[in-house]
Amino acid sequence: MDKALQVSAIKEGTVIDHLPAERLFDVINILGLYNSTDMITFGTNLDSKRLGKKGIIKVANRHFEGKEIDKIALIAPHANLNIIKNYEVVEKRLVEIPEEIISIVKCFNPKCITNNENVETRFQVICKSPIELKCFFCEKITHEKEVVIT
Amino acid sequence: MQKRDLISITDFSKAEYLQIMEMAKGFEKNPNQNLLKGKVVATLFFEPSTRTRLSFETAINRLGGKIIGFTDSSSSSVTKGETLHDTIRMVSNYADLIVMRHPLEGSARYASQISKVPIINAGDGANQHPTQTLLDMYSIIKTQGRLDNINIFMVGDLKYGRTVHSLLMALSVFENPIFNFIAPPELAMPDEYKRFLTSKGIRYFEHREFTGIISEADIIYMTRVQKERFTDPIEYEKVRNVYILRNKMLQQTKPTLKILHPLPRVNEINEDVDSNPKAYYFTQAENGVYTRQAIISHIMGLI
Ligand SMILES: [Zn+2]
Repeated sequence: MDKALQVSAIKEGTVIDHLPAERLFDVINILGLYNSTDMITFGTNLDSKRLGKKGIIKVANRHFEGKEIDKIALIAPHANLNIIKNYEVVEKRLVEIPEEIISIVKCFNPKCITNNENVETRFQVICKSPIELKCFFCEKITHEKEVVIT
Repeated sequence: MQKRDLISITDFSKAEYLQIMEMAKGFEKNPNQNLLKGKVVATLFFEPSTRTRLSFETAINRLGGKIIGFTDSSSSSVTKGETLHDTIRMVSNYADLIVMRHPLEGSARYASQISKVPIINAGDGANQHPTQTLLDMYSIIKTQGRLDNINIFMVGDLKYGRTVHSLLMALSVFENPIFNFIAPPELAMPDEYKRFLTSKGIRYFEHREFTGIISEADIIYMTRVQKERFTDPIEYEKVRNVYILRNKMLQQTKPTLKILHPLPRVNEINEDVDSNPKAYYFTQAENGVYTRQAIISHIMGLI
């Protein structure tokens, strides 16, 4: 078992592992974890064979789904979720960027209708690595480094 | 029947492009046809564009339709803060078709989701202006007799010029086009379009200035190089006279060559070109009326 997982193990909840170290706080942010009343532990700059330095977040009593997982995928495409029940990892899930992204990303184009009127954003994922999102409305491409999650 | 819109040039298939070319030819022979009799068309110009509006309104009038709308949103409820959503909801209750121009990109696609009646995009910011592209295509087929095997030179601002991007997409569905891009590095054709051409196995060549190679051109498509596009004014001064087409440069070109320009021009085509029979930009604008008659008829299922 992963060394990091053994430290302050949780009974029920989710361990989000293999986050790029520098995006750790972004993930905490987009999941709104700063508002949580459940126990959260996180570590960063841990050694990782795959990423060099990685971050990890453990959230007690929470399971993530749908849009939340899409959000994680957009900023940490190599992350995985370990679902914990009774101190055991009962399921490991790799996050995956969907083919279409609805409402969670802001179009980078300031002249896009979605940034000027109350319109739900919609993107076609034209490349997953690096991420390239084509806006359904203005047809401009939002690149990985421009991705802002709402 | 599903509502048909024209928002982006890629909304239409190759078969539809050709159908519109055929129909435009018919309208050029016989412009006054009462196909829109009893229909109301709204022309909503949230930003002014006299040229495009007059072309559309002439097309609608020649089809016998009635026009409602506004030419500048400062004189309408839009300035009182009404959303595009609400304007389109209201107008789509009154009209059978909406032609709209709007400064925000993606506005026409959004309107097409709200409207019960078809939307024709007459320009949404720097994004799309598909009726311009169809009239460009009509000008090419009319003068060259074909849309296949066209060697086209695109000149000037290829980075921000929406007309060249749309024309590139449209011509790429035909056989063996060859694209030549003449532009300063700051205004070069964006990588996404070059990658698109490469993925389809279509040849393209990039040049920094006009060269003798324009002798191979079937079409020279000129665009404006605007000072505002340059971050460094010195760069603009360096290139401002490089992308000007002059009559003496046309000596070795094909007799069938035609020069197109979406208009209005500033100085990128010297006036000494105007009297050359290869200058086609004024006729090109006239072709816009027939092409728009064809587009409206197609969208409304009138023919
Ligand atoms: Zn957009």
